[in-house]
Amino acid sequence: MLILKKFLRDIPALIGLIIVVFALVIAIFGPWIAPHPGDIVASHLLQRLKPPSAQFPFGTDNLGRDIFSRVILGTRGALEVALTVVAIAAAIGVPLGLIAGYTVGWMSEVIMRVTDVFLSLPQLVLALALAQLLTPSLETAMLALALTYWPFFTRLVYAETRRLRAALFVDALQGIGAGTARIVFAHILPNAISPVIVRATIGLGFTILVAAVLGFLGVGATPPQPDWGLTISESRNYLPDAWWYATFPGFAILVAVLGFNLLGDGLRDLVDPRLRRSR
Amino acid sequence: MADAILEVRDLRLSIGGDEGIAKVLDHIDFALGRGRILGIVGESGCGKSTIIRAIIGILPAGARVEAGTIRFDGDDLLALGEEVLNTRIRGSRIGFIPQDPYLALNPVFKVGTQLMEIMRWHAPDDGLGRKGRGERHRECILGLLRRVQLPDPEGALERYPHQFSGGQRQRLVIAAALATSPALVIADEPTTALDVTTQQQILDLLRDLAEEFGLSMLFVTHDLGVVAQLCDDLCVIYAGQTVESGGTAEVLARPRHPYTRALLACHPDRAETFSGIPGNVPSPLRPGAGCRFAPRCVEARDICDRRRPHLSTDGTGHRVDCVRYDQPEVVAS
Repeated sequence: MLILKKFLRDIPALIGLIIVVFALVIAIFGPWIAPHPGDIVASHLLQRLKPPSAQFPFGTDNLGRDIFSRVILGTRGALEVALTVVAIAAAIGVPLGLIAGYTVGWMSEVIMRVTDVFLSLPQLVLALALAQLLTPSLETAMLALALTYWPFFTRLVYAETRRLRAALFVDALQGIGAGTARIVFAHILPNAISPVIVRATIGLGFTILVAAVLGFLGVGATPPQPDWGLTISESRNYLPDAWWYATFPGFAILVAVLGFNLLGDGLRDLVDPRLRRSR
Repeated sequence: MADAILEVRDLRLSIGGDEGIAKVLDHIDFALGRGRILGIVGESGCGKSTIIRAIIGILPAGARVEAGTIRFDGDDLLALGEEVLNTRIRGSRIGFIPQDPYLALNPVFKVGTQLMEIMRWHAPDDGLGRKGRGERHRECILGLLRRVQLPDPEGALERYPHQFSGGQRQRLVIAAALATSPALVIADEPTTALDVTTQQQILDLLRDLAEEFGLSMLFVTHDLGVVAQLCDDLCVIYAGQTVESGGTAEVLARPRHPYTRALLACHPDRAETFSGIPGNVPSPLRPGAGCRFAPRCVEARDICDRRRPHLSTDGTGHRVDCVRYDQPEVVAS
């Protein structure tokens, strides 16, 4: 409970948490909150490109759809992409890090050198190349993002596992007959999980951003999905007159990424080993 | 020894590293009698921990047993596979008390969870259902915690390792080692990390437990005082070589090997003037073929550098590895 108190005193982290919870609520209940839930596919050409008003708080787009509704409806997609990507990346990266960290020899070397190669390439470039190579769709974008994000988890878990491998409790476990798999997954993994959670939280925000970029560049979500990045891409032809068209989806991206980053930073401060030692 | 539960004979072991091959153990030889407590004494770096690791088979990468046997209760431990060691030896028939109780428990799990886990692996399946077995294991653990005099055993199960003091944690670790009623307990300097008063309590506890459970115990330490209090037998190690072994009282009263005598002379209680031993422990990277203590030995002879280590006995079980006690026929062979 000490941890909870400490977290509640951290104002930026708290703001992050509020934003994340808010985004989750919107993602789950979006179709009921949005004033015009049908505007994913509908078009009302008579009211196209209307500026923000009481009826359309964020204005309307080139097909007369309510941007406010589309931003709300896009939240679910953004979070789904982020969660799936980070989950897949962690599912690949964490076991690899554990194996590379616990074993010595060629396998560990191979895993870490491959990780280094992936890390040395800019993530966006790699994701773009992969997404372009496969047929552009939301699924391939997610796959490309996951395939470029796992090395971060591997590096992190590798370092933690290397540290814990020499811990005396691992010796003690070996001494009482624990097998390698049990030691690694049941005892070392729980010790290494806090930095993974921090990394995953920051990764969620980052993935939302990169997914929006892929959508903007046309290798991610496809019309008429209410994807934030895609919406900004569509708005380019109507700038600067229809300023609201790009502004509000962009603002949604900004707030979501900011929320996850603040929360991640706050969590990192909580589990930072240096802070933990002084407690 | 006729009825030995653990017999280590002429064990030689090397560890390959960046700087070459280190001959860490060279002629380690001792036997632990059933129901007795054997103290392994030596300075830091003499190979004490490596001996333990060799016995339970958790040697570091690059380590190789070059010669010798380790027999435990009829089994040749060096010949057993990892699977057999895990299911039949480690934890079940050999309990292990590691060096530092501060670090020996996994910090992220409750103590009860960790103790129950050990029971689940090793306790025999008695046909009771999952729930019945858990219930019985819990009872068994609580009994043990009471026996090692841990205050509030029920509450202890729900707490994390960092919520205990050093002495309490050592009691927990001892309980964990005894949980599966092993025949042999190996303790690696279990009192080194504790303060003197706690140390005394833990030693008393270990002695009582050994008697009560009929345990055989291998007790590794650098402290001759602890050995004198606790152990029936004593084996002195220098730089990976067994130099002297026998009954504790006998060896301490009539030490024969120059190293044992020098070691005893270093003990502040026994020496009028603090003498120390001149020189340093030799590097195991390029050892000589003979006695490793020879360079520091005041009684060294020319032959010491060449004489292969072997123990000679006087018939009473007091054995020593030194040219001065070699019987004529041993030298001849």
